[in-house]
Amino acid sequence: MESVLKTAFPFIVSTLAVLIAFQGVLMIVAYTVLAERKVLGWIQGRIGPNRVGPWGVLQPFADLLKFIFKEDLVPDKSTKFVYFLAPLVALTCALLPMVVYPFGPRIADPLGWLVPYVDGTAAAGAVTWVAEQARNMPLTIASIDVGVLFVLGITSVGVYGIALAGWSSNSKYSLMGGLRSSAQMISYELAMGASVIGVVMLAGTLDLNGIIFAQMHSPWYMRWFIIPQFIGFVVFLIAAFAETNRVPFDLPEAETELVAGFHTEYSALKFALFFMAEYVNMFTVSVMCTVLFLGGWYVPGLSHLFEIGSIPYALVSHIAFIGKISAFLFFYIWVRGTLPRFRFDQLMNFGWKFLLPLAIANLIVTVVIVYFLNR
Amino acid sequence: MYLSVSASRRLILMAYDVLFYLFAGFAIACAISMVYHRNPLYSAVSLVGVFIALSCIYVTLAAPFIAAVQILIYAGAIMVLVVFVIMLLNLEEDRPHSRLSYLYVVGGGLGLILLAQTLFVFYAVSSAPNHAVDQSETVGRTISIGRAMYTDYLLPVEIVGILLLMATVGGVVLARRLSQPQLELIVDQELERRNEGDEKNDYRIAF
Repeated sequence: MESVLKTAFPFIVSTLAVLIAFQGVLMIVAYTVLAERKVLGWIQGRIGPNRVGPWGVLQPFADLLKFIFKEDLVPDKSTKFVYFLAPLVALTCALLPMVVYPFGPRIADPLGWLVPYVDGTAAAGAVTWVAEQARNMPLTIASIDVGVLFVLGITSVGVYGIALAGWSSNSKYSLMGGLRSSAQMISYELAMGASVIGVVMLAGTLDLNGIIFAQMHSPWYMRWFIIPQFIGFVVFLIAAFAETNRVPFDLPEAETELVAGFHTEYSALKFALFFMAEYVNMFTVSVMCTVLFLGGWYVPGLSHLFEIGSIPYALVSHIAFIGKISAFLFFYIWVRGTLPRFRFDQLMNFGWKFLLPLAIANLIVTVVIVYFLNR
Repeated sequence: MYLSVSASRRLILMAYDVLFYLFAGFAIACAISMVYHRNPLYSAVSLVGVFIALSCIYVTLAAPFIAAVQILIYAGAIMVLVVFVIMLLNLEEDRPHSRLSYLYVVGGGLGLILLAQTLFVFYAVSSAPNHAVDQSETVGRTISIGRAMYTDYLLPVEIVGILLLMATVGGVVLARRLSQPQLELIVDQELERRNEGDEKNDYRIAF
């Protein structure tokens, strides 16, 4: 019986972790939306939402309620099945990479502090057992050997959500939005992949936690891979803007020409799913940027303050991780408030004739350097 | 103690079985829907479903790299292009059947060959010696795939690389946009060459 429990324990923990991470990510997304409206307000000399709750903090929930209670219009001539499938695909593919995010370091004994409290009570045995099982708990839901490829693969499947939404709505604007989006995402995925390979070669692994450890154990002058891979970082960041359909690459939903692009015909909760998918994707590329180039949860010098594997060490690391991600999310909003939109031919020329050659040149230089370093 | 250990092992094996039948069933359902749908876009989406189900099976077989590459290349790149083309072309829904009647015979023959191959694989697997797999040397892991590709199978990999490069260059040549004078020059030359060919009765392949 105990061994069955032991086998089942990781599954129970994973299920709980998925639920917690799911809630956490969605909350971050909700507040990214609020932050976007606030920051855009400040950039444009306005105040931003400030009616719902103090300082507008309840605004995301009010928005959600509004989406739920709005009338759900389905276009008459749409292809129903695909029309319903598309927003689900978009949000699922946006949320799935969550399972490989390295949220923090391993904790040596996460529940050990509970044991003295329950000493002598009826629950002592059970709590001690659970604490024993939870030893060395990783703050990652699933350590996949190929985390980088997993994230890239799943996000590339997310294109279908947008392409199918554009096609199934049976509207010219939607179709144009869907086509633009697929073309854009295919084009910039190449540059993005090429910029990631440099980091993968320096780290020697495709595992996201492994990449963080590789940065931890690098010499001081390349403690974060942003230093040796600065060009890769810039390419990745630009490609990430295009992948998430954000300003200045938000042509799929260019409102002055396409009404709202691929989600023109979507209303109520189905529109909310697309909206959430976009912000979750922003979160995903911010996580990737942080892990690949800024050392993930790693804070230089933190091991001098706290013991590695202790709870405060994990907590500070986790907060640093969220902080780095928030910085990227802020950068997204900042760019949105600052830059105008590209024209479509400019976008394509930039992607194929500048970004991709730059990424490949960076790759070749990295190959040569890594070859001589490892010799 | 012995009993309970085998019980937990059984639990894990059962979970793997359930997952396998789930994904395999999904793959077969998607494959059937791909063949039966008239609408090319539905077929393409079903094919994506097949790829995703297959990659899930790869994950349960401890081959995460192959699973990720399956999704990244087939579902994420190739099929997106296919969907893109279908959306651009806006194909007509129906085509006359009679024109394709001989293809039924060809398809049936190829299907029989495929069935024979599948049965052969079943036979080969069931007659192969059963031994435990060393987890550290699973073929699906990134490092073993990389090592195999750049040592034992270096020549095939290089040949495939050259082939892909040729295809890329060919694609660029076919798709490049010529300036008007260049285009006229090429058309003139081609017309001249054809006329010569007519005089000499030389059937060269044009373009």
